[in-house]
Amino acid sequence: MSEQVATVPTTRARGLYQQVATLRKDAWWVEPALTVTMLTTFIVYTTWAALVNVHYFVDPYLSPFYSPCLSTNCAHPTFALFNWPLSPAMLILWAPAGFRLTCYYYRKAYYRSFWLSPPACAVRDGHKVYSGETRFPLLFQNLHRYFFYFATIVVLFLWWDALKAFRFPVPGSHAYTFGMGVGTLVLLANAALLSLYSFSCHSCRHLCGGGLDVLSRSPGRLKLWQKVSRLNENHMLFAWISLIGVMITDLYVRLLSMGYITDLRFF
Amino acid sequence: MAADKYETHEYDVVVIGAGGAGLRAAIEASAQGVKTALICKSLLGKAHTVMAEGGIAAALGNVYSEDNWQVHFRDTMRGGKMLNNWRMAQLHAQEAPDRVLELEEWGALFDRTPDGRILQRDFGGHRYARLAHVGDRTGLEMIRTLQQHAVHKGIDVYMECNIQRLLIDGGRICGAFGYWRESGRFVLFKTKAVVVATGGGGKAWKFTSNSWEYTGDGITLATDVGADLIDIEMVQFHPTGMVWPPSVRGILVTEGVRGDGGTLKNSEGKRFMFNYIPDFFKAETADSEKEADAWYEDKKNRRTPDLLPRDEVARAINSEVKAGRGSPHGGVLLDIASRRSPDYIKKRLPSMYHQFKELADVDITKEAMEVGPTCHYFMGGVRVNADTAASTVPGLFAAGEVAAGLHGANRLGGNSLSDLVVFGRRAGLSAAEYAKASAGKLTIDLGQVEEVANTLLAPFNNNGGENPYTIHANLQDCMQNLVGIIRTEKELRQALEEIEKLKQRLKRVSVEGHRQYNPGWHLALDLHSLLSVSEAVTLAAIERKESRGGHTREDYPDPDPKFGKVNIVIRKKNAEWSLAQEPLSEMPDDLKVLFEEKK
Amino acid sequence: MAATDVTMRVWRGDAAGGEFKEYRVPAQEGMVVLDVVHTIQATQAPDLAVRWNCKAGKCGSCSAEINGKPRLMCMTRMNTFQPGEPITIAPVKTFPLIKDLVTDVSFNYEKAKAIPPLKLKPKEADGTRRMFQEDVDRVQEFHKCIECFLCQNVCHVIRDHEENKQWFAGPRLFVRLASLEMHPLDIADRSEFIKDHAGLGFCNITKCCTEVCPENIHITDNAIIPLKERVVDEYFDPVMWLLRKLKK
Ligand SMILES: Cc1cc2nc3c(=O)[nH]c(=O)nc-3n(C[C@H](O)[C@H](O)[C@H](O)COP(=O)(O)OP(=O)(O)OC[C@H]3O[C@@H](n4cnc5c(N)ncnc54)[C@H](O)[C@@H]3O)c2cc1C
Ligand code: SF4
Ligand code: SF4
Ligand code: FES
Ligand code: FES
Repeated sequence: MSEQVATVPTTRARGLYQQVATLRKDAWWVEPALTVTMLTTFIVYTTWAALVNVHYFVDPYLSPFYSPCLSTNCAHPTFALFNWPLSPAMLILWAPAGFRLTCYYYRKAYYRSFWLSPPACAVRDGHKVYSGETRFPLLFQNLHRYFFYFATIVVLFLWWDALKAFRFPVPGSHAYTFGMGVGTLVLLANAALLSLYSFSCHSCRHLCGGGLDVLSRSPGRLKLWQKVSRLNENHMLFAWISLIGVMITDLYVRLLSMGYITDLRFF
Repeated sequence: MAADKYETHEYDVVVIGAGGAGLRAAIEASAQGVKTALICKSLLGKAHTVMAEGGIAAALGNVYSEDNWQVHFRDTMRGGKMLNNWRMAQLHAQEAPDRVLELEEWGALFDRTPDGRILQRDFGGHRYARLAHVGDRTGLEMIRTLQQHAVHKGIDVYMECNIQRLLIDGGRICGAFGYWRESGRFVLFKTKAVVVATGGGGKAWKFTSNSWEYTGDGITLATDVGADLIDIEMVQFHPTGMVWPPSVRGILVTEGVRGDGGTLKNSEGKRFMFNYIPDFFKAETADSEKEADAWYEDKKNRRTPDLLPRDEVARAINSEVKAGRGSPHGGVLLDIASRRSPDYIKKRLPSMYHQFKELADVDITKEAMEVGPTCHYFMGGVRVNADTAASTVPGLFAAGEVAAGLHGANRLGGNSLSDLVVFGRRAGLSAAEYAKASAGKLTIDLGQVEEVANTLLAPFNNNGGENPYTIHANLQDCMQNLVGIIRTEKELRQALEEIEKLKQRLKRVSVEGHRQYNPGWHLALDLHSLLSVSEAVTLAAIERKESRGGHTREDYPDPDPKFGKVNIVIRKKNAEWSLAQEPLSEMPDDLKVLFEEKK
Repeated sequence: MAATDVTMRVWRGDAAGGEFKEYRVPAQEGMVVLDVVHTIQATQAPDLAVRWNCKAGKCGSCSAEINGKPRLMCMTRMNTFQPGEPITIAPVKTFPLIKDLVTDVSFNYEKAKAIPPLKLKPKEADGTRRMFQEDVDRVQEFHKCIECFLCQNVCHVIRDHEENKQWFAGPRLFVRLASLEMHPLDIADRSEFIKDHAGLGFCNITKCCTEVCPENIHITDNAIIPLKERVVDEYFDPVMWLLRKLKK
């Protein structure tokens, strides 16, 4: 029996099969590829749209990329605070951009697709060393909730813009009349989608009640937390459709302003 | 054999088995300040207890304040056909509530009543809603709680370590010997006391809710050193196991389905249980569908016959199938879909929903389940002292499913989980006290160890012999067909012959490969115990010439009052079994009253 | 009906070496991968090492990587695969290999030992414990964990970076920590442990743990992210910090 005893391994190592990057046979690369395509499109478009500094307002529609508009040289200033020589979009876009950049969902999306860490589950990480979010600059992801605060303020303005989109100028006068066009609906939908995205945020969920240990003692926050939790289950969905939504909204205003399309007025 | 071929550890108390009973015993022993080891043959937290679904019975009285230990005691005794050890039933009913609250203290989160206490659910044979539960994964909650508590108490745990023999010095326990599954190396535990908490032996049957671990090891460890067994013929067939597809046949469908409103129907759509109410339970069982349904809302009504004790329901299903009124795959239908809302079903029975969806492609919120009896639980096992859990061998204690007495001829659902913690604690306590009090040096007979080691390695040296998997499959067929729910002397005798042949074949068993994590070898060793236990069950089943609880004899279809007063005791001496009928201990008058009042 | 065969490529070997071996077994209705493995054991390779217990997705013993995906063998039905195509079964990758499909999962048990245990607040005045369903709901989700360690296995933090095992506890333990932190009666504070000893910051919330969890525990959304937010409260949020200072 002694030879049988001797067959016990003394080293503890992983199996050799693990040298392959993955044993998955399905098309695991489709998801990261799609994400890269979508996000790149969005970033390129947004950067361009925010920098061109024209075609962002057609009375009564204001593009969400330029709202609230804080510079005196705005086509449609919300608060004319000071004179900003560059595109006024830059004054506010950092908030929603930062919100999305530090969003728990988008972090997942770009860590996987851009950073390949990991590209897909059970597929080898694209990096040799890995420290996650423990060091600068990724440590700053922890400030996500502050972006939530600022981005929520921006969303409030977008609602304001959507309301104002019911107020149409009477041609040839300074008067306004109550009305509704496709653009009104577009702005409303945009504000609604962005709200769904904002209020399904994980930080929001935490602040609403998730941070409590005994929820039953604060019935109000319990209710709130339960509602936000329900929204939160679809956070990824809201992230995507609001992203596409805001792009379409800007595009709509832009095309109107450039005269490529005309707005259909319901009344 | 030189001593360097195996490692040696020294303890005061060694607990074999890390299910609910073993964990609770180890926690208690270690709390008494003795050096304690906990050994299990799977990973920690994977024992059978993890699979328990329905709940843990304890007369907390949270849902029905009328409930108390006397009622629980009475239900347990009546469910067990009065064959139970009354003292165990009494201690169990009295202590279960404290043990449940203790689990909560250690972190368990049971489902809650609206006023924030532990919610309790209905189960077969229990007068009131009595089972504390967490959806249908109560066992998981229990084992995790105990496991984490034990880990934080720093108890030494030996995982995937299989104990094969107990060692004796002058009639007393002095050690335990086994092997590491991972390396195949041997390991010796020197110890003053051993608690066996290894569960039952249901893996000897073909259709069973039990896992590979249930090879009756603890029973064999005990009988191999001369301990008595009682009631070993009492094997519980759970009425509702899955029957389709073939590969999942036997997997359990919790009684909670019926507790929460599910009902049994035959192929004609009839609720057949109304035709199978025995006289013994007539007074407390509803005889119309209307009353049965009303009982779910208000327990002042008589209970539905769907929730008669398990032996009654299993036999009824068996008869329906035999009469040609079974479901397409040889079971009956269990219907909750037409009686409760999908939301309710998913909330109350999430893992059943999942299990049927994944394994059988059946959506239980829309369709009925096909169910049939499956081998489930050993009521019998090691004979123990009610208060101390001590076996008849000094230094050997037993708790949990491996021990006998509490459940008599039939166990009520939910009474096992409570059994584990009540008697697990008692076993740990008495083992620790015994170890503290034990004087004199214990010496291990190294010759004995060497002999065992050689026996264990024998399968490697037999060439071209029997395949352990085939022997196991043959044994399962034999027990399923000949020692099943309905038994006759002729078939039982035939089974004995089969088992004898299998024992001979086991001597020629050979295994491939080396000692490192070799399931073929492990099974070959487990067969020693499986065959031994199967033989004990069959012998005792021949001896009990009556039908009672889990033991039904076609040739003696009725209970016999004479047998109602005795335990069948079986013990091994020099590899020979001997049987005896020994009288039950007399119940004191103050407990007897409980049965007279409510006739 | 004529029985068709299924082809399985099973990893055979130990840390020193091994290979995928091909086995053919007759298919049976309703079979799961574990059934096929058992058939191989009983008829062709009696020493094929595999862990299992319940065969019903309740014990979490039978974790493996099937066609490269971390799954429970007992809950993976054969009819989910293309008939005729060979199916690959490998042991989980993150833990040291013992033999065939069995790995050394002691990492998980060691990490569990270090977790600061439950500490309950005093009982109610009437000597009872009161907890409400709405408080325990959240934690009960975490208690569903069957310790299959598939999440630990798939987590790239340790799957692809062995050195991180020292300071990273892994998703299973985050679930455990969340269950303790959110226990309505617990009063211990584990923020520091979570941040500095369990290595929560290493998690980049890429959600693979959630994807593979057979119990459908929303590990990332309901355990990890809420823990991250709690750590932020304690260590990164200047306003919270100020409020705490003022309260003192
Ligand atoms: C599917 C199912 C559902 C159930 N539902 C319920 C329920 O709802 N309510 C209820 O009350 N009861 C229920 N039961 C019954 C109950 O779960 C068991 O009877 C109980 O868990 C047994 O616990 P135990 O501690 O005695 O043994 P187990 O939990 O089975 O533990 C046995 C331990 O012994 C170890 N072991 C065995 N042999 C050896 C050896 N040779 N060497 C080392 N270690 C060894 C094993 O590794 C294991 O750790 C159910 C049972 C099943 C199978
Ligand atoms: S979400 Fe975090 S813990 Fe889960 S797998 Fe990804 S990195 Fe690991
Ligand atoms: S959290 Fe899920 S995946 Fe992780 S160990 Fe538990 S059950 Fe398995
Ligand atoms: S916005 Fe995505 S998590 Fe906060
Ligand atoms: S065998 Fe228990 S989970 Fe697969």
